[in-house]
Amino acid sequence: MTDSSTPAVDIENAAKRYGDFTAIKSMSLSIRDNEFFTLLGPSGCGKTTLLRMIAGFEDVTEGAIFLFGSEIEQLPPNKRPVNTVFQNYALFPHMTILENVSFGLEMQGNSRVDAHKRAGEMLELVQLSEFAQRKPAQLSGGQQQRVALARALAPSPRVLLLDEPLSALDLKLRKAMQIELKHLQRETGITFIFVTHDQEEALTMSDRIAVMSAGELQQLGEPRDVYERPRNRFVADFIGDTNLLEVAITDIADNLASCHVQGGHQIQCGASEGVSKGMTAHLSVRPERLLLSAAPAEEGSLRASVKENIFVGTDITTLLTLDGGPDLTVRTSNSARGAARVFDPGADVFVTVEAGAARLLIN
Amino acid sequence: MSAKTDVKAYRGFFTVTLICLFVLYAPLIVVTVYSFNDSLSITVWQGVSLRWYADVFTGVESAKFKTAAFNSFSIALIAATVSTLIAIASATALVRAGRFRLRLPSMGLIMLPIMVPEIVLAVATLIFFNSIGFTRGYLTILVAHISFCIPFAFLPIQARMQGIEDTYEQAAMDLYASRAQAFRRVLLPLMVPGIISGFLLAFIVSLDDFIITNFVKGAGVETLPTAIFGSVKQGIKPNIMAISTMLLAVSVIFVAVSYLAAKWDNTKSHLKTDPAR
Repeated sequence: MTDSSTPAVDIENAAKRYGDFTAIKSMSLSIRDNEFFTLLGPSGCGKTTLLRMIAGFEDVTEGAIFLFGSEIEQLPPNKRPVNTVFQNYALFPHMTILENVSFGLEMQGNSRVDAHKRAGEMLELVQLSEFAQRKPAQLSGGQQQRVALARALAPSPRVLLLDEPLSALDLKLRKAMQIELKHLQRETGITFIFVTHDQEEALTMSDRIAVMSAGELQQLGEPRDVYERPRNRFVADFIGDTNLLEVAITDIADNLASCHVQGGHQIQCGASEGVSKGMTAHLSVRPERLLLSAAPAEEGSLRASVKENIFVGTDITTLLTLDGGPDLTVRTSNSARGAARVFDPGADVFVTVEAGAARLLIN
Repeated sequence: MSAKTDVKAYRGFFTVTLICLFVLYAPLIVVTVYSFNDSLSITVWQGVSLRWYADVFTGVESAKFKTAAFNSFSIALIAATVSTLIAIASATALVRAGRFRLRLPSMGLIMLPIMVPEIVLAVATLIFFNSIGFTRGYLTILVAHISFCIPFAFLPIQARMQGIEDTYEQAAMDLYASRAQAFRRVLLPLMVPGIISGFLLAFIVSLDDFIITNFVKGAGVETLPTAIFGSVKQGIKPNIMAISTMLLAVSVIFVAVSYLAAKWDNTKSHLKTDPAR
């Protein structure tokens, strides 16, 4: 038995190149045992490639990948104790649901009787027992998704890889499956590595998120960390909505930076590492951390005028322009409490940045 | 497509269709109808009868036809089986091995027997057998048939294989199947429709072949087409029409089954890949 501090998957300076094209630049990251880990990024950022490298479908050009401490590059996919839930599920169309789920168990050397028994239990777990004798084509998308999950979990892999498994489902079903997957991961204690381009999905389900872009790791952290303390402009912009303001640092005192925004506005914010007086940087403020009021607040507010209110159900999004400066987006909850903070278009208002909500980004 | 722009709305569409159908099928219909003619003449109609079908099996030429039929069907069976096996291997290599050097030339080489005029192939095969001192007979026909049947078996199998996403094999290997197990348990069953179609096509092409067979067959060894040809040289008798009609029926059945098999889709379960990825 490996001790609990050994990472489930350890990626050390792994790179992937196809001829001249670099899909993944030298990347290192450790995925802990029993963790729900998400690789998040836009199309073509290399997240699926990285997953396929762990599964064994892509060679590692440089560096190494360790699974519970042992190097796996020389092992073919069928010798790696990891299973994959494919994006299009890849259920074997000529086999019944039961045969699909017991396939991996039989290939592991279990007798057909044992394999079918365990497969039956897995189908019970995903509540599909009555469909055991059907063919995949006779099931709905959501049911096929659960079969794919049961099939990948049946051989008790040490790591489960999920390649955007929810992307083909409609919104309601996707939300339900997110919760179900999270519970399943808790119950089984298997390490899940989940690939998605949907930031909300990543925030909802993950213990930790690795944000990727252009084959590089942008930030690694817990959901709240990544959302509230983005490390750079890409992460701030990709995860959630944000206001990115170009600012000039006019002063730094007591670890607080004074930021000058076009139009003569001043915003105070925590000086992050590498910030120095006189440089220009970007300030990221989430729309829900901005407050509108008719009179200026004590801690200092910015003058602005309302351009438009957009009703989005749970919230009201207000577009406004800072006097002589850039545009801002403010989100106010659609409630009696929030209604006092919504103003008609054309109104002159004051905007206040919640204490500690602004984040200074130097790249 | 609107009915106004449909090709069916073109002037003369119906006439052209009729002419095409007539040119294609009139000879076959004549042969089929006259095979039931109760007459010694092939042109004078004297009422319906099955006497020429009986003549094929019991008449003076029946022994010759029986041997020829046995040769034809046994050669077609073996040639179709062997060429299908070769075609499965070639299709697997050409579709599943990714890009490799000489992939296109390999494809061309497999397809060559379809492109080359049959007479050239026949002469070349004959010269080849002569130069290596292979005595002409049943075996030379069989070898020649295996070689020219390969592209016909290859086409439907390759088309089928291209339609099978490689994620199925990846899923199998991900679930601890070796390469061989993934091929046998997953890829091969999914290819079955293509294999059936390819086999039947090869079978019918072999059964039907005259030119190459006529060149490479030894003295005294006949297949149905060469036997019919030999018989016709001494004047066309109605029993030839009966035999032709039976061959036509076999062909129609095989081609129909081959077509249906190629259309049969046993992979219809996967979802379309999400375009958002």
